[in-house]
Amino acid sequence: MDFSYSSEQELLRDSANKFALKGYGFDRYKETLTRPGQLNAEAWAQMAEFGWLALPLPESAGGLGGSGTDIALITEALGAGMVLEPFVSGVVLPGKLLALAGSEAQQQRLLPPLAEGGLQLAVAWAEPSDRQNPAHCATEAKADGQGYVISGRKLCALNAPNAQTLIVSARSAGSAGEGAGISLFEIDPAASGVTLTPYAVMGGGTAADVVLDQVRVSADALIGPAGEGFAALEAALDHATAAVCAQALGAMNALLERTAAYLKVRKQFGTAIGNFQVLQHRLVDMFIEIEQSRSMVLMASVRVDSADADERRRAVSATKAYLAQASKFVAQQAVQLHGGIGVTEELDVGHFFRQLTAFGTLYGDRERHLDRVAGLPRAA
Amino acid sequence: MDLDFSPEDQAFREEVRAWMRANVPPKAGPEIGLPSHLETQAAWERKLGKQGWLAYNWPTEYGGPGWTATQRYIFDTERAAAGAPVGSPFGLAMLGPVLMSFGTPEQKARYLPPIAAGEVFWCQGYSEPGSGSDLASLKTTAVRDGDHYVVNGQKIWTTQAHWASYIFCLCRTNTEVPKQQGISFLLIDMKTPGLEIRPIMTIDGHHHLNEIFLSDVRVPAENLVGKEGQGWTIAKFLLTHERTAIAGVSDSLYQMDELRSAVASDPSLAEDPLVRRRLAALEVDLMALEYTNLRTLDRVAKGQPPGPESSGLKVKGAEMQQAISEAQVELGGLSALPWMSDDAAGHDVFRSATQRYNFLRASSIYGGTNEIQKNVLAKLLLGAG
Repeated sequence: MDFSYSSEQELLRDSANKFALKGYGFDRYKETLTRPGQLNAEAWAQMAEFGWLALPLPESAGGLGGSGTDIALITEALGAGMVLEPFVSGVVLPGKLLALAGSEAQQQRLLPPLAEGGLQLAVAWAEPSDRQNPAHCATEAKADGQGYVISGRKLCALNAPNAQTLIVSARSAGSAGEGAGISLFEIDPAASGVTLTPYAVMGGGTAADVVLDQVRVSADALIGPAGEGFAALEAALDHATAAVCAQALGAMNALLERTAAYLKVRKQFGTAIGNFQVLQHRLVDMFIEIEQSRSMVLMASVRVDSADADERRRAVSATKAYLAQASKFVAQQAVQLHGGIGVTEELDVGHFFRQLTAFGTLYGDRERHLDRVAGLPRAA
Repeated sequence: MDLDFSPEDQAFREEVRAWMRANVPPKAGPEIGLPSHLETQAAWERKLGKQGWLAYNWPTEYGGPGWTATQRYIFDTERAAAGAPVGSPFGLAMLGPVLMSFGTPEQKARYLPPIAAGEVFWCQGYSEPGSGSDLASLKTTAVRDGDHYVVNGQKIWTTQAHWASYIFCLCRTNTEVPKQQGISFLLIDMKTPGLEIRPIMTIDGHHHLNEIFLSDVRVPAENLVGKEGQGWTIAKFLLTHERTAIAGVSDSLYQMDELRSAVASDPSLAEDPLVRRRLAALEVDLMALEYTNLRTLDRVAKGQPPGPESSGLKVKGAEMQQAISEAQVELGGLSALPWMSDDAAGHDVFRSATQRYNFLRASSIYGGTNEIQKNVLAKLLLGAG
């Protein structure tokens, strides 16, 4: 057992912190919010140059083959520095998906440009009324001659407004709720029958609702064998979930630091408000929740790479369930302890609050993940 | 980053598990986990003592097995998983380490071996009727008279005093100095004339606690531990000892398994989605506590001081024990209401649940209340003042 980082990981963390905390931060965040797709090309190029975009990708396709822990080190720093660029939704999720299910030709075509920052990808998997269960998948793919015809609706596909290629889950067999029968397809967002409704997501990032109306794709758009895409989709979503949990941890810790500092400088009744026991205990409760959350993130970032799929599922879902609640608590208390200034857009605290509120829902809410934990077989 | 125990530690786990399987009586009764029966507890401690595993956190020179921090953790987890009670902590976890650090060679030779062998119980004389969270305000006095101290005062919440042969006691030896500096640490034979015990029944229906009255109790001066006035330093040393054990994670893991098997035995619970979600929520909270505990263990095993993660362990550990026992009571429903009945219908876990739930309300009170723990943590986060 060893909870410490290797010296390479310490270096990775230092450079990620330097970029996110010194080079990014609130001002750059606000500036990025105004850009199309909330994407700063310069920042993205920098992230590619550092090798971070290659980190989640396999070495066989121009990646660095980084571990879950390596990825979590990056995303924790991105969370603390309010970095908006779509690292998880645009690289970790589609990158893992292609690495797990893509053919050699698909990987060689898509992953090197992804690693170099020249390609934007998005995965459209969530649907209306699916409670973010990826096995729901009511979108249909009908075999038609040499290809498929795809119809259905996807909800809130993160980074889709920026993407040159969408990866879409669609059912070619079975019925809603079954993993078997789900296939994955590459779809050109400009193709006939594809309609994107792009929007900004509360707290940062962009997404689109996607309507697929009789979209024709050729057989080579299929990623992995027909009807067998679910295992890869589920695993890739677990990688993305573990990564956003670490990102949320970074934001939670930033809120603790801001709040502790504020309690020391804000004076009322002739004294720093940090001298009031009610507020002290609230701050301590935030701290304790963050330490518990850190334990879960450390655990999940290791177990997400486990060869045992149930071990991976349990670790990731337990972590998302825990952090969904803990992050809401930390964010609400940080706003409360800041008083009036906490509910304004002038202070970063309110923006962290938005981000953590969105985090609670994205990649499955607490109830969805608790139910997943409850449904897993128990080790003897 | 590696979450698994080494092959050597896993082999050690198998060894302990096999021994527990062979030596823990199957289901000694609902009181298991809450030591309330002297004979059961004493027999168990003597058995562990013979094996050399009772003082499992002690080095070999004092009669312990000399295990690493990781081995100690594994041992305690397996002990709990077997449904066996924890050893009485007052001699083993509290006085033992104090004497090793502050005791004279004579004190060590006299008091440590019987503790490691499971032949003697100790109790702790800290709290007083007027001194709970503000422990340093304690008023029991010890006045030097020749070769003796003469002790007068009153102690309260004294767990297992009715089993104990000795009490280690904080007494005021100097009233002229700031309150923390006038306290001394004395060892007192419970049979000394002038020492009287009155039982206090707790809401679990058992006799754990006592009140102790000391009237002109004469204590040999050689029973002073450390120097006169060093008592507060020793008390603080004791509070920071063995931080990985304080969260009670091992016992919570066991009680969670117990709850799970009780729920599985009743389809009306096992198939209720809200019950399943509640169990999952408890499991997730317990996982967070367990890994926080393991982070601390990892630091201790590497010879580093416990990190900031360890400070919240007592608070979260107590809340966890309380939440699991609360679920045992609430999910047990009517099966949890029969009071100390061996015959009533219902799963064992539910039948004993109210006693555990009632008892464990104390877990956020003893050893420094959760509110006091938060005061201490707030100083760390905000700096003094």
